[in-house]
Amino acid sequence: MTTAEQSPDIGSEVDSNGNGHPLVVDGLEKHFGGITAVDGATFHVERGSLTGLIGPNGAGKSTTFNLITGFHEPDAGSVTFNGQDVTGWTPFEIANQGMVRTFQIARELGEMTVLENLMLAPQNQRGEELWRSVTPGERGQVKKQEEALLERSWEMLDFFEIDHLWDEYAKNLSGGQRKLLEMARVLMTDPEMVLLDEPLAGVNPTLEKKLMKHVHQLREEGYTFLLVEHDMDIIMENCGHVIVMHQGSVLAEGEPADIKANDQVIDAYLGEDI
Amino acid sequence: MTESNTLGDLWEYDVTKILATFLAIYAGYVVMGLISGLPTRGIVATLVQLTLLIALYAMLTLALNLQWGYTGLFNIGIVGFMAVGAYTMLMVSKPPVDPSSAAAASQIGGLGLPVIVGILAGVIAAALLGFVVALPALRLRADYLAITTIAMSEIVRFIFLSSSFQEFSVFGNKIGTGGGRGLIVNFEEPISRIFFDTGAYEGLVTAVNEAMGVQGTMAPVVDTAVISVVLLVVVAGYFWLFKRTGESPFGRVLKAIREDEDVARALGKNTNRFKIKSFMLGCALMGLAGAFYAMYFLGAVNPTAFKPQFTFFVWVALIIGGSGSNTGSVIGSAIFVGVLFQGPLYMKNVVEALFTVASAPPSFAHALSGIGPFIAYMFENISHFRIIALGIVLIVLMKRRPDGIMGHRKETAASIPLIKLSGYGRDAAADGGDAE
Repeated sequence: MTTAEQSPDIGSEVDSNGNGHPLVVDGLEKHFGGITAVDGATFHVERGSLTGLIGPNGAGKSTTFNLITGFHEPDAGSVTFNGQDVTGWTPFEIANQGMVRTFQIARELGEMTVLENLMLAPQNQRGEELWRSVTPGERGQVKKQEEALLERSWEMLDFFEIDHLWDEYAKNLSGGQRKLLEMARVLMTDPEMVLLDEPLAGVNPTLEKKLMKHVHQLREEGYTFLLVEHDMDIIMENCGHVIVMHQGSVLAEGEPADIKANDQVIDAYLGEDI
Repeated sequence: MTESNTLGDLWEYDVTKILATFLAIYAGYVVMGLISGLPTRGIVATLVQLTLLIALYAMLTLALNLQWGYTGLFNIGIVGFMAVGAYTMLMVSKPPVDPSSAAAASQIGGLGLPVIVGILAGVIAAALLGFVVALPALRLRADYLAITTIAMSEIVRFIFLSSSFQEFSVFGNKIGTGGGRGLIVNFEEPISRIFFDTGAYEGLVTAVNEAMGVQGTMAPVVDTAVISVVLLVVVAGYFWLFKRTGESPFGRVLKAIREDEDVARALGKNTNRFKIKSFMLGCALMGLAGAFYAMYFLGAVNPTAFKPQFTFFVWVALIIGGSGSNTGSVIGSAIFVGVLFQGPLYMKNVVEALFTVASAPPSFAHALSGIGPFIAYMFENISHFRIIALGIVLIVLMKRRPDGIMGHRKETAASIPLIKLSGYGRDAAADGGDAE
């Protein structure tokens, strides 16, 4: 992960909105039957930041995530990514724009090996066109690209220190290894922004440190992260900017220290350790 | 997998396994036949028929493996796509009937185009039907596709049965489905044209006749043998195509869809497109198999040849072989046809040649009066009892080996071997990634 061309060019450019915010969420709403899961959520994410999104259970964090990444369609409001209105786009279209997500419960592709998992992710693979993969001459080109991808996959495995698992079926990995695999896989898409849905749930403290070390390293390389987390401590320790959601909308926003001192936030979390 | 283990080696390995299965089945048939003293000509004819049927099932199973084994698309309407392939081919390639001739009243003609055009039309029609079926169903959960496909296959059968489409006019030609009467293959299919009409072929038949030294001409057996070899070549073509499809970035996305479609979508893959392509390709090749089925098995096509049980037999072959494996698909077809489907019928011949089987009791109730009558009854109704045996085999297999014979094996989804690159790979001791 040292190659320069993989890192998105950040900071220097300003998007078409005239600001440096890759992700702008405005007035998102989502109802499931009579229940309002997200109720006018509005926030933005700074380029090159590690932004935390927290809130008590049922605050609408995961639904917001699904709305941003196209897995749910919002009933109202808009999602703008790099100045492009992506509201109501399908997940794959949004991912192709450079905004990818991980899942709360690591969703490894069990019957595929670790390397296959990684090789799947990159965009614009020639061989994803069926005719190119089967036509004799074209297949040579496909192979050439695959060789480059294999090299990149090994770099990624090396970076996340799971290279000894390369030939293992993903289903045989431990919970923590799956989280690492999922993050590695997401980065193989060469994204600009990564949305992490509780990446540390069910992860032991040692691995937790390791994962966050990787995230910080990647952020310094220029990636933007939005991190949904239930655990306040993790957010407070790691994030530069924190957004607190409560009952479907944004309750407070600011630096970790301010959030910690915010009475409303404490009330919302009442009964939970803050 | 070591670095020296190239795709070429694996290919050799797979071919060996397939050949071994075929040989084992043949050997079984020959040994049983010789023991019971069946005539040589009869044994050879049986083997040739067996090969032909295995080739047909192998085509269908390979196509289903692409849909279910690779992509996780639950198609239980296989026979419908075959029917569309067969009927389309016939309607396009049957010679036109001269309206002024005496036969005009009783015969249904076709467009009279070359057979190859007919086959192509059949393949395209099956693919298009696949597209129409898949489009609404792919947006829903997997089981809805299953329901849609089986309903479609029955709709197709009833359309062909219906008198409304029995005859209609296209470009001034009277063509049609023939309704319940069906359509006769009354044109020369390609294998006859290429092989049988040549002088060299007659020489071959004579040579075989002399070599076998059996009574009667071997010509019909040699005919079937040539056809089964050609069909096996077609199977090899299917195998090659699906192997390439699977071992590619395209196949990788299909595998990912099978495992967890949301993940593939989250990684930027337009999964619906992949699913439709995979489904259409499978359906197209089922249509091709259908065209062969019409020409080389049926001779005359009618709707009763395309009942749903055929679909389930193909599924059994895939499950036995192991879904997700092309090699397994071929091996599964061979075992299904050779052992489970045709095996019991052959065994009946063998046993009847060796022993005198008592006459069967008239009903199942009578059959239960003792072990002797029961066995006699079973022999009389072997074609039904083999289906029961099939069910038992499936249950045992699901309990003992749910992945089928070859389903546990890795068939890497990449166009290059995914190997360890030099300079990478630490030992497990350096791993800090274990949770809990």
